[in-house]
Parts: sequence; C-alpha cells; structure tokens
Amino acid sequence: MADSGTKDILDLDDLRAEGGLTGRRHLLSLLVENRPGVLARIAGLFSRRGFNIDTLAVGPTEDPDISRVTLTVDGAVHPIDQVTKQLHKLVNVIKIRDMDPDTAVAREMALFRINAAADNRAEIIEFTQIFRAHIVDVSRRSITVEVTGTTEKIDSFERMVRPHGLIEMARTGEVAIVRARPES
Amino acid sequence: MRAADALCEALKAEGVKHVFGIPGGASLPLYDAIYDADFEHVQVRHEQAAGHAAEGYAKASGRVGVAFATSGPGATNLITAIADAHMDSVPTVFITGQVRTDLIGTDGFQEADVTGITMPIVKHSFLVTDPAQIPDYIHKAFHIAKTGRPGPVLVDIPQDLSRMEIDYEPITGAPKLPGYQPNTEGNIKQIRIAAKAMANAKRPVLYAGGGVINADASEELRELAASDRFPVTCTLMGLGGFPAPHEQWLGMLGMHGTRSANYAMDEADLIVAIGARFDDRITGKLSEFAPRAKFVHIDIDPAEISKNVPAHIPIVGDVKKVLPKLTGEYRALAADTSRLDEWWRRIEGWREQYPLHYEETTDQEIKPQLMVEEMYRATNGDAIITSDVGQHQMWAAQYYHFAKPNRWLNSGGLGTMGFGLPAAIGAKVAMPDEQVVCLAGDGSLIMVCQEFATAAAHDLDIKVFLMNNGHFGMVRQWQELFWEERYQSVVMGPSPDWVKLAEAFGWTGILCDRKDDLAGSMKTALETDGPVLLDVRVTQNENCYPMIPAGAAARDMVG
Ligand SMILES: Cc1cc2nc3c(=O)[nH]c(=O)nc-3n(C[C@H](O)[C@H](O)[C@H](O)COP(=O)(O)OP(=O)(O)OC[C@H]3O[C@@H](n4cnc5c(N)ncnc54)[C@H](O)[C@@H]3O)c2cc1C
Ligand SMILES: Cc1ncc(C[n+]2csc(CCOP(=O)(O)OP(=O)(O)O)c2C)c(N)n1
Repeated sequence: MADSGTKDILDLDDLRAEGGLTGRRHLLSLLVENRPGVLARIAGLFSRRGFNIDTLAVGPTEDPDISRVTLTVDGAVHPIDQVTKQLHKLVNVIKIRDMDPDTAVAREMALFRINAAADNRAEIIEFTQIFRAHIVDVSRRSITVEVTGTTEKIDSFERMVRPHGLIEMARTGEVAIVRARPES
Repeated sequence: MRAADALCEALKAEGVKHVFGIPGGASLPLYDAIYDADFEHVQVRHEQAAGHAAEGYAKASGRVGVAFATSGPGATNLITAIADAHMDSVPTVFITGQVRTDLIGTDGFQEADVTGITMPIVKHSFLVTDPAQIPDYIHKAFHIAKTGRPGPVLVDIPQDLSRMEIDYEPITGAPKLPGYQPNTEGNIKQIRIAAKAMANAKRPVLYAGGGVINADASEELRELAASDRFPVTCTLMGLGGFPAPHEQWLGMLGMHGTRSANYAMDEADLIVAIGARFDDRITGKLSEFAPRAKFVHIDIDPAEISKNVPAHIPIVGDVKKVLPKLTGEYRALAADTSRLDEWWRRIEGWREQYPLHYEETTDQEIKPQLMVEEMYRATNGDAIITSDVGQHQMWAAQYYHFAKPNRWLNSGGLGTMGFGLPAAIGAKVAMPDEQVVCLAGDGSLIMVCQEFATAAAHDLDIKVFLMNNGHFGMVRQWQELFWEERYQSVVMGPSPDWVKLAEAFGWTGILCDRKDDLAGSMKTALETDGPVLLDVRVTQNENCYPMIPAGAAARDMVG
C-alpha cells in the first residue's frame, strides 16, 4: 500500500453522480458471436428494458465466427451507459463500441421507388445526380433510386422526392467503422 | 460414449452430488444415463419444486443447484423457479429435454421453445445442436452460473442428440467465453476515494445486500464495520451477512424494515451500498430517497451501478475482494472516530423511541410475531430457515435475528409463494446435518403441498412451522389499509385439516392453538424424527408493521 490514501480533505459536497442522458444520438457497434439466437437476445433485451432501437443492421465481419451489429439509440431518451452495460451482460456479445461521430465513418443505403410521370421524371433524375445516387430500375410510371451516404443525406433525399409521390422506401440502417488515423 | 453419459460425466466433474427433477419422454435418454450416474437424483412431485429445491440447495450451501425437466410442460413448470433464481441471483443450472431435432419447429408433441421462453429470465442459455457440444456446454453453464453475478443457466437438449455416440474427452481448464469476463478486483483508485469519503462522512451508513451472501463476504463486511463505528443495515436478501444482535446493527431496511434503519438512510450523508441493488422496496419514492446522501456503490454487475440511484463513487468488483482493500485504505486514514458521536446519539434516539413492537395478548391467542420469537428461541437462532412469501416472511425478517449467512432462504425479488417447502427440501439435501425449518404461510404452503411426498419418500428430516392465519395475510393487509377494507379473495378458511393432510403424506402433524403450548409444541416438533408439520393458529388479522406504504418515502413510515 505504497501510495496509500493521505488524509486529504474530500468534501462530500464535491462529489458528482455519474450517468444520465447525453442528449445525442449514439451509434453502437457490437461484435457478437455468430450463432443462432443472438439477435433475439439483443432485441429481447431492448424490449424488456424499455429501450428503443432507432436503426439496426446486422452482417458478417472479416471473421466468420463473429458478426457485427450496428444500432442507433437516442441518448436523449435512454441512458446510454445503462444500454451498453446491459448489452455487455449478454454472454454472446464480445465487444461494444459507442462510436464517436467524429472518428467513425458511418453509411447507410436506401432504395426509393418514386412516382415518375413524364412531367417530373427529369427533376427526379436531376436529384439523383445531385445526390450522386443511382437509378437502378425504371418503369413507365416510376423510377427506383439507390442512395448511399450518411443518414442525414438520405433524410434530405427523402425530403426532396417525397412531394413527387414516394411509392416505397427501404433503408438498411447505418453501419459504421472507426476511421484509421491519418499516419497509420 | 453416449452423449447423455457424457453429460453425467461432465456433471460429476463439476462436483455435482444431487440433482432434482421429474423425467419424461424427451429426457428418457438423460434418465437412462442418470441410472448409472454417481450423483443422487431427488425425484420431486412438480418441476417448480425441483427448481426451488435447486435454489434452496444453492442458497444453503453456496454450490450450484441443478434441476432436470422434460420438454414442453415439464420445462414450462420450471419457469417460475428460473425467474426466481434470476431475480435473486441464485447459481443454478436447469437441464431440459427437448423434442427430437427433426420435430423442432413443427409443434411436435410436447414441444415448447424453452430457450425462447426463458430468454429474459436466464443469465444465459444453450440449445444443443450437436451432441459433441454437451459436455462443453455443461461446463460453460456451471462457470456462468456461479461466477460474476450468479444466476440461472439453461441447457436444452434434444432427445435424439442425447442418444448419440460422441468422443468424450474430459474437459479441463477455464471455458472459452470471449464475451464473458466478470471484473472482480475493483479499481484501487476508486476504492481510495471511497475510503476518503467515508473518513469525511459524518452520517455514514453501510447498506449491505445479497451480494455479501453470494460472495461469502460476511467476515469482510464485519471487518469494514469494525474499522470504525459504521452503522450497518441489510436488505431482506442480505440478512445474516452481518450478525444481527450487534451494537452497530440497525436491522433490516426498506418497506418493512426498522425505523432506525430507514431514518438513518434518510438522514445519511454517505451511503455505502455493498452488493445491494436499490430495489424499490428499499428506495420507496425514488425522488425522496436518501436526499442528503452521496453514494458509494460496490457491485460485481456494472449494470446495477447507477441503474436506479446514480452513484458518486462506483466500484465494480467482488465484495469479497473489494471490502478488505477498502478496510485497509480506510484504516490507513486513521479517521477521527469522534465525528460519529453525534450520529450515534441520533440513531440511539430512534432505537429507543421506535423499537420493533407488537401488542401481546393476555389470553391464549398466539400473535404471529410471538411465533417467530418462539421459533428463534426453540432453534437457538441457529437453524436454516426457509420461508414462503407474505407477512410471515416479513415477521421472520424482523424477529428472527440471523447471525450467520446462508441461513435465511427466501424469495425476495420475485416474491414466489410456495418457495419455502421445496427450498427446505433442497437445503436439507445439501446440508443434512443442519436443522432446517420452513416458516410457511397457509396460502403459500397449499400451492406446493404435494412436496410433502418428496420429503417423506426421501426421509428428509425437515420441519414446517405453518403460520396459519386463515388468510392471504399480506394481501388482506393491503386491502385493509389501501383498498377501503373491501376484502376480495383473501380468506382461506379453516381447510384443509393440516394435521391430517400431513399425516396422509406420512408426516407427523401437530396442532398448536394455545399460547401456553407454543414453546412445548415447537420443542416436540424439533425433537420428533422425520418430517413434521406444526400447524400454529395465529391471530387472523394482524398487520405487519412498521411499513413504508408503496411509493412513499422512508419518512412516511406507518405503524
Ligand atoms: C413481500 C415482500 C416484501 C419485501 N420487503 C422488503 C423490505 O422491507 N426490505 C428489503 O430489503 N427487501 C424487501 N423485499 C425484497 C426485495 O423485493 C428485494 O428482493 C431485495 O430488496 C433485494 O435485495 P438486494 O438489494 O440485497 O439484492 P439481491 O437481489 O440480493 O442482489 C444482489 C446484488 O449484489 C450483487 N452481487 C452478487 N454477487 C456479488 C459479489 N460477489 N460481489 C459484489 N456484488 C455482488 C448483484 O449484482 C446484485 O446487484 C421484499 C420482498 C417481498 C416478497
Ligand atoms: C405465486 C404467487 N401468487 C400470488 C402472490 C401475491 N401474494 C403476495 S403475498 C400473498 C399472500 C400470502 O399468503 P400466506 O402464504 O398465507 O402468507 P401470509 O401473508 O398470510 O403470512 C399473495 C397472494 C405471490 N406473491 N406469489
């Protein structure tokens, strides 16, 4: 006990409680064992504890035994600390990263089928170009567009095309990875 | 080797001596293997009892309790016990038979998705998909059940897989579980800050819970308390973690705790939570809970820290390891103990003004509190006491002054009526040389009275002291106090004739309905060989006090 406590004054009034709401959106990246039932355990945990998942994406990683689950949770509503600690209790969850938006690359993909009659077809094609999106299917009455990017970009594309008549939309939910530091 | 035999080998390697259960179609191969196994199978009369017996076994001995059930209804009968073990963090392994793999998902005969049903109430579960997994899963199940924050683990084994031949190699070494690494040491920097905070506190309280029992850390708790004159209170689950008759002991806290304990929490400037989880039976109205206090929270489960009450000094670790470090650090500070004088004067004041009390009768009527006091005397305060759920449970917590850990086995988190008798069976199987007494409620006992047969068949020398008030007493109390005395469905009436019922199962039955006979009949019951039921007729409508009404604050205690 070399550097054991000294008799310093510690005023109890100076102690601050931990935890609470962060007020922002959190992007959690989980590495989980790739086996049946793992997703059910995660989903069950969220519903049981009253946490809401905003988006969820699941897929393989470079290691066939491990899958990645990326989910977004609103830190203004749920104490993120509690969410991650509860997730950690799941035996199949190996690692959790609460991604910092500044150091992560996050992308989402979405498909939009939009009304495209002769009078607005040109405008939709124009939007598609501005957003660096792709037309992946065309019919006489509609155009299907694939958009990839940040959630904000996809949100704004949606806002642009909605007035033209959005027939159907499918979004993947975000996936993310930590940015490599410039020197590495 | 047949996979079912490998399962038994794995159980043997885990040191299993007893399991509790009932066989069935899907578990026939498992039972065929048990036929030759080195452990004893205690055949119960209902799977729920197998589960509670496994819990009683674990709580009394600290070893992992094991229960077996067949698929479908056998497994679903275990659910209450699994949920109970989950809420109270009891190290248990549940092994269920499942229908054949080709039937899974087809609504096959006696198929139930038990891993699915139990997902929210297990610490972890394994569904066997390859017979070679069985020994590995068993070792993992035991490891998970007993380490970190203990809890129930389920292993579900399809019938066809348990019959298959596998290459069995005994497994040694720690199981490989990359996502499971409980943190036990406790951060020394945090421990130092906690010691300093304690040295600067003028109104500290140690609030200890079931974690102290789980960790086998009652000695360590006593050391910490002795490092200064820290007042100590325990939760219902922590009783026995600190020796009850002790000058620093405030009694249990919470809804039916003592005023001294609850008022001390209310006025404390520093609360050190030790393996306790700030249940709502403790905090009452959260916004008014311990409004002046800062919190040190020591728990092995990080998710418990700041879950209900934000901690100022969180310490993740095993209390068995953290407490000695904390005591050492605290002693090194050589704090001035006279700073606690005023606090103790205040506490002494409450103790004098508000001792636990009840109105004694002048005739032969037996007050339920007296029954517990008499039980304490008759057993020298040294029996393993199991309990059901209700008023009798609370009176036991108040009036049976538990001095040692693992002697008070009850259902706290789930509050499962009918826990007492099967838990007593499990406790007696685990600790055959100890006196085991179940304090039962008449509403609770009838839920599991088929287990009289189990005790008789296995010649288990357990005693059931039935606190017979003719009611679902606790619910009656709430209807009286908070629902305008509109009594609905709370009267049990005089039936059954408990003495005859006991005798029908081969037990000795004794009736006691006079105060003068109470001590004598308890003595007779304890001295009679074999299982005995003592039916004690107590006051029918006594209320359990003191009490914090649900959702109220400690200050608002009534009675
Ligand atoms: C009718 C009824 C009335 C009740 N009234 C009361 C009452 O008045 N007062 C009362 O106290 N309770 C009462 N209860 C019980 C209550 O519901 C809770 O079960 C109880 O308060 C929880 O106790 P605990 O905080 O000690 O936690 P437990 O459920 O015992 O949990 C133990 C905690 O310790 C941690 N832990 C486990 N092992 C370790 C380790 N090795 N190291 C560190 N930490 C560890 C766990 O992670 C957990 O957080 C009542 C129950 C019933 C049914
Ligand atoms: C399985 C179950 N069902 C219902 C309840 C609700 N409940 C809590 S206490 C109680 C009455 C218990 O009666 P008894 O066992 O006679 O004990 P007493 O309160 O009379 O001492 C009931 C019905 C419960 N806790 N558990």
